[in-house]
Amino acid sequence: MEIIWLAVLAVLLVGYFALEGFDIGVGMTLPWLARAGEHAGEPGGRARHRDRLVAAMAPYVLANEVWLVALAGTLFGAFPALEGTVLSGMYPVVVALLVSWILRDAGLWFRRRLDGDAWRGFWDAVLCAGSWGLALSWGVALASLVRELPSQPFDLVGLLSGAVVAAAFAFHGRSFVAWRLSGRAEAARTGRRLLLTAVVAALPAAVPLAALVPSLTDHVASSATLNVLSVIALPVTPILVGAQVWVWRTFGPLGSTGVAARIPSFF
Amino acid sequence: MNVLDLARTQFAVTGSLHFLFVVLTLGLAPLVAFMQTRHVVTGKPVFERMTRFWGQIYVINYALGVFTGLVMEFQFGLTWSRLSHYAGDVFGAPLAIETLVAFFLESTFLGLWIFGWNRLPKKLHLACIWLVTLTAYTSAFWIMVANSFLQHPAGTVQRGDHLALADFGALLTNPSLVMAFPHVIGAGLFTGSFVIIGASAYHLFRRTADQEFFRRSLRTGVVWGFVGATLAVGFGYAQFGFVNDIQPNKFETPVTDAALVTMMTIGQLVHFVVMFGMLPLLIRDVLARTRWLHPLLMLMTPLPFVAAIMGWLAREIGRQPWLVFGRLRVADAISPGLTTGMVTFSFIAFVGVLGLLAVVDYLLIARAVRRGPDQVALGAAEPADPSPAPALAL
Repeated sequence: MEIIWLAVLAVLLVGYFALEGFDIGVGMTLPWLARAGEHAGEPGGRARHRDRLVAAMAPYVLANEVWLVALAGTLFGAFPALEGTVLSGMYPVVVALLVSWILRDAGLWFRRRLDGDAWRGFWDAVLCAGSWGLALSWGVALASLVRELPSQPFDLVGLLSGAVVAAAFAFHGRSFVAWRLSGRAEAARTGRRLLLTAVVAALPAAVPLAALVPSLTDHVASSATLNVLSVIALPVTPILVGAQVWVWRTFGPLGSTGVAARIPSFF
Repeated sequence: MNVLDLARTQFAVTGSLHFLFVVLTLGLAPLVAFMQTRHVVTGKPVFERMTRFWGQIYVINYALGVFTGLVMEFQFGLTWSRLSHYAGDVFGAPLAIETLVAFFLESTFLGLWIFGWNRLPKKLHLACIWLVTLTAYTSAFWIMVANSFLQHPAGTVQRGDHLALADFGALLTNPSLVMAFPHVIGAGLFTGSFVIIGASAYHLFRRTADQEFFRRSLRTGVVWGFVGATLAVGFGYAQFGFVNDIQPNKFETPVTDAALVTMMTIGQLVHFVVMFGMLPLLIRDVLARTRWLHPLLMLMTPLPFVAAIMGWLAREIGRQPWLVFGRLRVADAISPGLTTGMVTFSFIAFVGVLGLLAVVDYLLIARAVRRGPDQVALGAAEPADPSPAPALAL
């Protein structure tokens, strides 16, 4: 039973990095990707390119970010002794991560709610800053975990780790955009590349996780609790997987001029 | 303020903000699903317009429910880590189940609903909003299981320095839960309906173009407002017996007494007005036609929100000084090593950011209401002219 919940935790963490990694990456590189699109001579100005980029990731964000909510829940339910120690042991890092996450999401939810360049430009800047904050605080958090929660996590090692995560996410975000905006002809090639960058984005989480397995198994919940969790949560797993698969089957490569690309995005 | 006061205030403020948005989410979700069902069954365009208009309000409100909810989930570990050490074996389970079984699906299906418009087949798209509603209610159930455990730690035994789970069934039949859960569901419907009533009254009063649309919406609001208020008041009274058994002095402090009295006064008064005033006036649409009543309906919109917050204050402050009633004091649950500086920093960050975003969100909801059903972004179809607008015009 311990192995199962260890696996659930691992899948959620690695899955979060592989999936939400590209959303964060697109947010981080939004101004540069938009400028690149403009220089490549695609129609529309920078603001319109940003709209296309956000619309490209929009249908996935809600399904991707929720992996972290589930990760935190699993940590609390199956590894309760660790949950409090880890979160309070990285207090400033977790606060920075949460505030960044909220700002990134606010940028997405609010950017199209009023008309006008200034409003959308402001929330795009918030979205970009929040995405950077998420990537950097994740890097600092992972470095802090591996070093057993130092009192000063924002040191050189932490920031270097932040830079690694940010680079991996930016790389992944770029390949996601290439896949989502590609036409049917190139979809297979860009899709393979997206799988590759997903592995790259997941590595910064997978490596520390492997190092932390022994301390995780020491802090697992009682078998009575794990049994309850297993009986209620595990039978639902096929539905969770099915819902995620449904998202990916519904939203595929858009092409640049296809009908799907013309439906206005809510984000 | 010392660390403890700061951490408590931070939790109270973020928790209250969370509930202000969640209570409306819970109320609007089934009503929007109901409207979309009527569209799919009858094929009438008015129901599609209603789904998109009220659905957009639901979705704008939903955003803040998520932002505040994230802070809530992580705050247990951040500021109350001794709770997870002492009671994590019991308290963690319902929260873990909530995230995995309920919220994970709710968020995924909501994404499919918002972005699947004009893409998914009509019936599958309808299924999405019902799945969102079902998982939202499942989520509320597990959160209430967790909260009820704090009110009354049923099904547990003290083992060494921590609580162990002895009987999971007892968590689900907790006397603190069985009447409180339907009470909260009623409060949600009550709130959602009154937002629909208030917004419809605004358009009817202003005599905007969509009189038929808002007459129908007003009817839906009043009928469901009656259902919600009846559930909230009925299951509210039904809790008193249980509360007297498990927390006999709960409402005897001045604050809890005032909060309880405010909630009950609003609940009873509005229930009375809905039952004997608004419901009978639906006959021949008298309520929709009587213009001088509409400002009164608009003024009533905040009342369910006030009642909902007062209810939570009574329930939570009435638990003090205990975090887990009779077992763990709040003062003993705070994370070791927490300093005033750390909590001041997070307090300003959380409350400042969430407070500002909450204000923006309410202004956006007000604007979406004012603009009416003709300018709804949610579910907007492909523009008639597919050529992209010139960049400089954006």
